[in-house]
Amino acid sequence: MNIFVLLKRTFDTEEKIVIKNGQIEDDGAEYIINPYDEYAVEEAINLRDEHGGEVTVVTVGEEDSEKQLRTALAMGADKSVLINTEDDLEEGDQYTTVKILEAFFADKEADIILAGNVAIDEASGQVGPRLAERLDIPCITTITDIKVDGENVNIERDVEGDVEKIETSLPLLVTCQQGLNEPRYPSLPGIMKAKKKPLEELELDDLDLEEDDVEQKSRTTEIFLPPEKEAGKVLEGESDEQVKELVSLLKTEAKVL
Amino acid sequence: MNFELTKEQEMTRKMVRDFAVETIQPRAIDIDKNGEFPEDIFKEMGKLGLLGIPFPEEYGGAGGDTVTYALAAEEIGRVCGSTGLSYAAAVSLGASPLYYFGTEEQKQEYLVPLAKGEALGSFGLTEPNAGSDAGGTKTTAKLEGDHYVINGEKCWITNAEYARSITVTAVSGKREDGKNIISAFIIPQDTPGMSIKSDYDKMGVRGSNTSEIVLEDVKVPKENILGDPEGGFKQFLHTLDGGRISIASLAVGIAQASLDRALEYAKERKQFGQAISNFQAIQFKLADMAMEVELARNMVLKAAWLKDQGKPFTKESAYAKLFASETAFRSANQAIQIHGGYGYMREYEVERYLRDAKLLEIGEGTSEIQRLVIARQLGC
Repeated sequence: MNIFVLLKRTFDTEEKIVIKNGQIEDDGAEYIINPYDEYAVEEAINLRDEHGGEVTVVTVGEEDSEKQLRTALAMGADKSVLINTEDDLEEGDQYTTVKILEAFFADKEADIILAGNVAIDEASGQVGPRLAERLDIPCITTITDIKVDGENVNIERDVEGDVEKIETSLPLLVTCQQGLNEPRYPSLPGIMKAKKKPLEELELDDLDLEEDDVEQKSRTTEIFLPPEKEAGKVLEGESDEQVKELVSLLKTEAKVL
Repeated sequence: MNFELTKEQEMTRKMVRDFAVETIQPRAIDIDKNGEFPEDIFKEMGKLGLLGIPFPEEYGGAGGDTVTYALAAEEIGRVCGSTGLSYAAAVSLGASPLYYFGTEEQKQEYLVPLAKGEALGSFGLTEPNAGSDAGGTKTTAKLEGDHYVINGEKCWITNAEYARSITVTAVSGKREDGKNIISAFIIPQDTPGMSIKSDYDKMGVRGSNTSEIVLEDVKVPKENILGDPEGGFKQFLHTLDGGRISIASLAVGIAQASLDRALEYAKERKQFGQAISNFQAIQFKLADMAMEVELARNMVLKAAWLKDQGKPFTKESAYAKLFASETAFRSANQAIQIHGGYGYMREYEVERYLRDAKLLEIGEGTSEIQRLVIARQLGC
């Protein structure tokens, strides 16, 4: 099987994030593989181990994304591709990414492409489905189980907590949801082997794309942190009075009643 | 000069940190409280290749370097001193002597399962009357036909109860000048005559297995002598040089954990209407801790780097072990002080850091012995 994974390097939302001049501060932020993409890497490795073939991990990003690609290689992926837009593009949106990936996949004959359900940074969840549309292949989102038998594929997907069972066929794009698997840690031998695995670097030129071809269709106007949580209020007095006060606060302050 | 870690070193550090925080940290209090050796955690660590970091692939290792190993020991020490100590002992004392001094057959038979992480190894040097004065070893090994017969007693041996093989030192003869010849012997688990008890009730590193070994007419084939029959003393001096780096790494981990906990607490704890981190008395403590942790780490990594370069590192590893273990003790002590009454409670973990750190000023050469090693290197 010719297996591809779409991977994004994101900042770790569990770490402190600092915004300066409308941009997220790079220094101090911890960068990781988007956690949903980790499920995709793990599932890709499992599919390869079961059906044979090769796992290629692809990212659209910059020089620094190499670390996340190496980690995926250390987990067990075979090859990786960094489409480096650092020198060509100032900004981009989902359209940009999909357009680049469409060009990349033009000559690839992928059997299956796995992506994360969403990236935890911008959480648009668009790149997977839009790419499938451009490649004219089926797309199943938020999968929690996948069985491949020849060309036939049986999938379970998460539908707001319920399970939907789906039959489809290769070639296919899926996006991965929590519950699909438990991503492995890259082992020490894996980390050492990753050094020798191929990491191909491409630029827009290599994909016969011009900057104009991938110009974004949307613009981020502002980035801001959620307001700081204020301290809670402890009501005092007899229960009757507390209930009355609570109801009045819910009406006048919280304005939810 | 370049202080940047390689990608592999960075990746290893992140992997071990994730593993330590997710798998070991939640159990650290119980491991200490119940004195339970976390055998299952060692199985997991073995699968991840952590027990074979500094050994070549041909012997089942990961082909990493000492710097990578030091980073891993720090990350494990940061969440659990008990697991950290058994880890450091398994690699530096259990497996390393086999790698550095063993014959090809000994490496295949005894090192490979350790480096692959399928089993643990142990190193028996200390005796009831031979601690810092390891030359005073009383255990004897007599050659009878094609076997050595070993008699004696070893104490405070890390991981012995769980070890597949134990390397013990014993007096095997006398030199012309009347001094004892000390050799090392590999004794496989379950060899008749070797009894292992783990009854110590320790102050700290309570989940690390520590045993007493009694050897009564233990017969091992004569090919179980480790490397040069007359080189036992030199072998364990070299082994301890390397072991110091891992103990120092573990100490940096505990010191870092002390700083992390103290800083977090100081920012949250309010007294006199503000966070106690606003008070200079607390700030100065935190500043000293942060500085010492960084200095200790730099010394440890330098000693590890020297070892990797094949340069002399005896003095530097003694600096690292001495400074890092004393830093760990000071940092843990200050972390308790910053926590006040809460710090005295097990739940807040900093009291455990202090108890665990104390061992590091004693094990694998006391602080006083480290100063002696340094003084000798200075030519005294």
